[in-house]
Order: sequence, then structure tokens, then C-alpha cells
Amino acid sequence: MNAALALIARDVRLAWRHPHEIVTILAFFVVAASLFPFGIGPEPQILARVAVGIVWVVALLAALMSLERLFQAEADDGSLDLLVGASAPLELLALAKIVAQWLTTAVPLIAAAPVVATMLNLPPEGFGVLMLTLILGTPGLSLFGGIGAALSVGARRGGALLALIVLPLVVPILIFAVAAVDAAIAGLSPRPHLFLLAGLSVFALTLAPFAMAAALRQATE
Amino acid sequence: MGIASRFEGRELACVRGGRIVFARLAFDVTGGGLLILRGPNGAGKSSLLRVMAGLIAPAHGALIWNGEDADADPVAHRARAAYAGHDDALKPGLTVREHLAFHAALRGADARHLDAALEAFGLTALATTPARLLSAGQRKRAALARLIAAPAPIWLLDEPTNGLDAGAVAKLETAIAAHRGAGGIVVAATHLDFAGAGAATLDLAAMRAA
Repeated sequence: MNAALALIARDVRLAWRHPHEIVTILAFFVVAASLFPFGIGPEPQILARVAVGIVWVVALLAALMSLERLFQAEADDGSLDLLVGASAPLELLALAKIVAQWLTTAVPLIAAAPVVATMLNLPPEGFGVLMLTLILGTPGLSLFGGIGAALSVGARRGGALLALIVLPLVVPILIFAVAAVDAAIAGLSPRPHLFLLAGLSVFALTLAPFAMAAALRQATE
Repeated sequence: MGIASRFEGRELACVRGGRIVFARLAFDVTGGGLLILRGPNGAGKSSLLRVMAGLIAPAHGALIWNGEDADADPVAHRARAAYAGHDDALKPGLTVREHLAFHAALRGADARHLDAALEAFGLTALATTPARLLSAGQRKRAALARLIAAPAPIWLLDEPTNGLDAGAVAKLETAIAAHRGAGGIVVAATHLDFAGAGAATLDLAAMRAA
């Protein structure tokens, strides 16, 4: 357990010392989302209709940017051998990497989401639920993403492979997140969608540590 | 690390990418022993060290620790084997001391060996220097200092003298002698003659020809 906490602390400290990485990801989030009004026209009604989808899809792509280096950086400098060779369970260490990734990437993205949602004219009654969907859904996103990141260690064009593995896995998260916000805007209860979203994150939590550990052991062979 | 410790490999075989790297390989090191792995590039020295560390499962054969199959409890085996590979595993943004403290925590050791680890490899003055400012030799020393920061009975060293100057090689020899004196086991793949007293040699090129 101490090993996992030490790994979280190390990764958060590294992110803190290299702030340009999260700044780049946040800038991508804002800039990519701001392209949509140019592409589909500035009519407030149209933007309001698609705002949730844009926030979620762009957040997803932004999160992928940080996942690409999550385990590849460890493999490149030899740290992965030390993690796999430690006596602490690799499942726990992989989970610790995801917790750190969530803290250093998802939390800033969640904090920036209201800005992007305002820019896209999201109706006011959708804001609270949008934040809830991000808080409940991003852990699942990071966990499924971690499986893809572990599987693509050592692959050429690992980033493209990562997207191909992860994007289909996270489609359910996207569907229920957008449905929850749409329900809230339409005056319906978003609760069923939020429960399903939380359920998907819990499901990912039960599966991802084992899948990541198996993939990482394979990568060090 | 009891004096009676004994680390053996029996009938070991390793297959990489469909090619047999070595087969029917055996070794036997007892507490206080040093085993030097020799052989030309590609002879399988690094693969053997990774097998010993539990990072690669052998295609055949077994690692034996004190008469018991190490594969029966892989967690305990990883805890007793400290592996120092080719790569230094240093993060540019972390200081030398932070690397050692993290490594100790990762391996469940407490922080009381940190100062000794820095001292042993002449890193005390560099303790708060970020790894990105270290020279190649200093990086290697920082990587080797992990062996002392998180004590383990078996040291597995892959070309540990790469990039080290004569003074640093002497420090490594001192550290190895101290480890062996305390009943520890050292297995090292190296081209250099170093740390010699009572060392056994395993020539992997001869193994392959056999």
C-alpha cells in the first residue's frame, strides 16, 4: 500500500514539476472545442444542442494525450522493470498510476469544463449535471484508457493504437454522460443515467488493474 | 539474509522471439558469493539476469532459493532480488534523493538507508540535484545507489561499470564486498575484471556451444 501511495506522490510531483504537459492538454481542450462554432455555425440553439457532446468528446481526446505516455515513459527509461520487479502487487501499482493520471489530468479538465460549456452556450440547467457526469465518468475513462496504454507499450505508433483500443471501450460512458445532461435540460431526472455512469466506472475499476498488470508483465518480457 | 542462503538455477532455458538464447543452463551461488556472467554481445547475459530477477519466465527449468522453487512464491522472490539493468530509470525532474526514497518505499524498505546509499556512491553532494543535470556516470551511480537504499539479498547487475570512472568502480567494488561480507549474493554481467576475490565465472558462449 505504501508503494502505491509513493507512486501516486511521485507522479503528482513530476506533473507539478513539468506543468507544461497539463497546460498543453488544457489548451488543446479549449482550442479544439472552440473550433466547433466555426465548423457548424454560431447559432446559439444549434450549439446548445451539441454542447455536451462536444465537451465530452474533446475531453476524451485530451485525456488520451496524457495516457499515451503513462506507461510508455516508464518503459522508455527502464522504470517499468523496477515497478514489475517490486514485490508490491503490479495491479495495485498500475491502479496507482491511473489515480495519479486522474488527479493530474482529469481534475484540471473537469475544472476547465464550465468555461468550454459556457463558450458553447450549454443551457444553465445542464451545468451541474455536466460536472457530475465528468466526476463520475472520468475515472472509468482513465481506467479503460489505462488498459489501452498498457497494451500499446512498445508499439510503434502507440498513440494511434491507444485511440483504437480505448475509444470503442468508452462509448458507453459517452452515451450515458450525454443522456444524463440531455435529460436534465429536458426537465427529466438524470439519476438513472448517472447511476449507470457510476456503474461503468466501478466495472472498469474491477477489470482494469488486472488487465493493465497482465499487459505490463508482457511488455517487460 | 542468512549466511546459509543459496541461489541456484537448474536446467534453465530462455526463448526470445522464437530463438533459443540459452538452454540447459545451471548456476549455483551461495551466500557471500559473486557470479560473473561472461559472453559476447547477444549471448544472453541480460536475458539470464532478467530471468533471475523474475522479469522473464524461463521457458524451462527452475530458480531455486534455499532448496525451494522460487516460482512457488514469485512475490517473495521479487522482494529478495534487486535488479539494476542497463537503463538508469531516472526521471529528469526528480532529485537523486527523491529517486532513492521512492525506490525504498516501492520495495517496502524504510528511509534509514538513504544516507548510506548516497554516501556509498559519492552522491551526498548531489542529493538535491535533479536527474536531468547529472552526467552519465553520476546517473549510473544514482541507479546503483538503489541497491543500498532498499536492501535485498540478491543483487543482479547488468554491466554495472558502464560509464563509471575508476573512482566510481572502486566504490562499486567496496559496495559489492560489503554486501558479500554480510552474506549477500551478487550476480553481474560485465566485460571488465572487477571485484574479483572468490568470484565464479559463468561463460554463456560456452553454454551455447555445448
